[in-house]
Amino acid sequence: MTPWPVAVLAARAFRDDPTLCVWLRARAGPVRDAWLELVGPLRKIPVGADDDALFGGLDVAATLAGGRPVYHAGLVADTSPLILPSAERCPPDQAGRLAQVLDAGRHGLIALDEGLEGEAPPAVLTDRLGLVVDLDGIALADMTGSAETAGDTVGDPAPALIALADSLGVPGSRAPLAALRLTRTLGSTEASLTRAVELTLAPRATRLPAPPEEEEDTRRESTTPDPTDGKGQLEDRVLDAVRPALPADLLAGLGRAAKAGGDGAGDKTRGNRRGRPLPARPGRPGGRARVDLVATLRTAAPWQRLRGAEPGMRPRLRVSDIRLRRHEHRSDRLVIFAVDASGSAAAARLAEAKGAVEILLGEAYARRDHVALIGFRGTGAEILLEPTRSLVRTKRQLAGLPGGGGTPLAAGLHAGAAMAHRARLHGMAPALVVLTDGRPNITLAGQPGRQQARSDAEAMARRLRADRIDGLVIDTGNRASPALADLARDMGATCLALPRADAHALGRAVAAAL
Amino acid sequence: MTYPFAAIVGQDEMKLAMILTAVDPGIGGVLVFGDRGTGKSTAVRALGALLPPLNMVAGCPCNSASADAVPDWVTLADDKIVSRPTPVVDLPLGVTEDRVTGALDIETALTRGEKAFQPGLLARANRGYLYIDEINLLEDHVVDLLLDVAQSGENVVEREGLSIRHPARFVLVGSGNPEEGELRPQLLDRFGLSVEVGSPSEISDRIEVIRRRDAYDRDPAAFADKWADAQNDLRARIVAGRSALPATEAGDDVLHDCAALCLALGSDGLRGELTLLRASRALAAFEGAAQATRDQLRRVAPLALRHRLRRDPLDEAGSTIRVGRAVEEVLA
Repeated sequence: MTPWPVAVLAARAFRDDPTLCVWLRARAGPVRDAWLELVGPLRKIPVGADDDALFGGLDVAATLAGGRPVYHAGLVADTSPLILPSAERCPPDQAGRLAQVLDAGRHGLIALDEGLEGEAPPAVLTDRLGLVVDLDGIALADMTGSAETAGDTVGDPAPALIALADSLGVPGSRAPLAALRLTRTLGSTEASLTRAVELTLAPRATRLPAPPEEEEDTRRESTTPDPTDGKGQLEDRVLDAVRPALPADLLAGLGRAAKAGGDGAGDKTRGNRRGRPLPARPGRPGGRARVDLVATLRTAAPWQRLRGAEPGMRPRLRVSDIRLRRHEHRSDRLVIFAVDASGSAAAARLAEAKGAVEILLGEAYARRDHVALIGFRGTGAEILLEPTRSLVRTKRQLAGLPGGGGTPLAAGLHAGAAMAHRARLHGMAPALVVLTDGRPNITLAGQPGRQQARSDAEAMARRLRADRIDGLVIDTGNRASPALADLARDMGATCLALPRADAHALGRAVAAAL
Repeated sequence: MTYPFAAIVGQDEMKLAMILTAVDPGIGGVLVFGDRGTGKSTAVRALGALLPPLNMVAGCPCNSASADAVPDWVTLADDKIVSRPTPVVDLPLGVTEDRVTGALDIETALTRGEKAFQPGLLARANRGYLYIDEINLLEDHVVDLLLDVAQSGENVVEREGLSIRHPARFVLVGSGNPEEGELRPQLLDRFGLSVEVGSPSEISDRIEVIRRRDAYDRDPAAFADKWADAQNDLRARIVAGRSALPATEAGDDVLHDCAALCLALGSDGLRGELTLLRASRALAAFEGAAQATRDQLRRVAPLALRHRLRRDPLDEAGSTIRVGRAVEEVLA
């Protein structure tokens, strides 16, 4: 949350220099309205605006009416500041085009982000938005006070800003550059430097700055004040001041869950380029849309006499006749089961996993799921069932499965990740379901050793999360294992404790969780 | 006015890759992988101002050098030869196939009832550079198409009753952040060179980056003046390199080293060897050396090979280090 006085400062800075651009995290409400009021007039980018709306293009209505091409100017034709509502829903292509516009350095943009947890505008856009203002959580009563930026001027803020960016783990040069410009806009004082860091660098922090020197040291220092006001002290003071502005989940100890937002595994996606054709729909050509000529002519046909078309002349078309192509395609989903086949419980667990696989496959025709099974035991993992939709083949291959031996969890995860990777290359959306009681004792290299086995498994889990593979960890132990819950968190996956899961419960859990 | 290429701080490897493709466009595309805000786009967009201007027919949509080279489907409104900067075309993410290849001109079709071709981005990029930011997020079929055209140097359009072809010789530059998605190995292999960029590790370099960028933002014209000499100097060296390239030879020992390196790294196909050879020669030409030697080979090896290694999910060492190891062993 940005304190109101600082938010006001940001609004003023944007007014002075719109090319700084603002990432405004705020839900609709009086606070947001009041803030936007401060910014001054903005031109709105319509939701789902295509190339034509942004960059100008053919005015279809006027063209058809006039019989000659008529063009209209786009939103970026002049340089008045723009606002992008629902930026969290901004499709990547629009974000890319807006980023190009911003790179030209003539436009100001406020991206209005109403995203819930985990939703955010595309990174290609947010990276170019200098200021981050978060108005959620500000009450009307908080909207008082002003932030002072008066004080001693600092010489060259660049070294301090870079050092701060470094200690906060802010990558790239765009954020420090914005901080530099903002510091100057606000008056090049130490207070303005602090505000600039609070608005630009702190919200993008990816790590906590090193803890301040030990208490005793500072006390000793304060008794003998250092007359040379070193740069390091300036940075420390700024860091202390902006600490509340650091992202909350950083303080909670874990980085932001790097989950793919809105990719929609196995979901329907509508478009007009490939997939199963859907009925044509009225609309305007431009951007991604393609005209369905036959449907357009068919729509226009009954009206030709009324419109005064003579036989043999070309048909008279109006904008309302134009029909666009639509297609729908779905990406297939692959559920990979990685099953712990070690120890005595193996037989039962494998049997239930087998049952769950068969149940999921039974429903697969409707849901377009593919299923694969990996077993891990002894010193490594083996693929028991390659990705398939064939129930028959599954039943035959899963008839007799061996069990027993150590628990090479890391190897199981590795095999799952490799298969997920392959599946992705084939355009499938993979998800990994791990069934184990969570006591790894075999390392990735196949050697016994509890400690190393655990750290290997954790490393693989983090890899899975980095690769953004959806996951579900099912704890089949009699008592829920906290270590396994930690592992699931490393994977970015849900952890379910199902001590005596039967095949049906398992199938339901997987279907519900993924 | 774009940021001068010569004023880019650090990122030597990326700059070298760009210069090599400017000396010899036949090396193929460049793939730039790394964090955001590290000057990838800046470097590519700066190429237009760095490279010597091209002579082209004013009215030709595909930048033909002379009136004979203009494709027959173009009705030339203006056949004067003019001098224009090397085209650098930005391909936005989410671009459709018709914008890339060109398609039926809906305007003419609607207003005049004529079947005409509206050239796409490939035509505009002819003889220049085509830049794709976030290439790893681009839809696969568009990437396939781009690589196919980049390889063949010709764009063939067969759609909506049109049958059109025009030259499309360009250097493809793709950039992206590997954390957000990877490219298929088949595609990686088609790029000539690859570069990994990151924020400069030296604090002083990072400060210099934002100082220069800030100076440029405040007064682009004065900044360009300040860097004009360095820029002209670099341009002159590229032009000299281009004219020296045909005469720059590589000895049998260098050929042998290329093959040995690729063998040691287990990179498939001959593409690696060929790129290694061409890049070594281009570097020698750029530096005014008469012959490509092991010295050049050593420096271009990481650029030419690191994206051609077989993927090993367990080797965290990174491909740059693996190439470095192989170079040490083979060229010892």
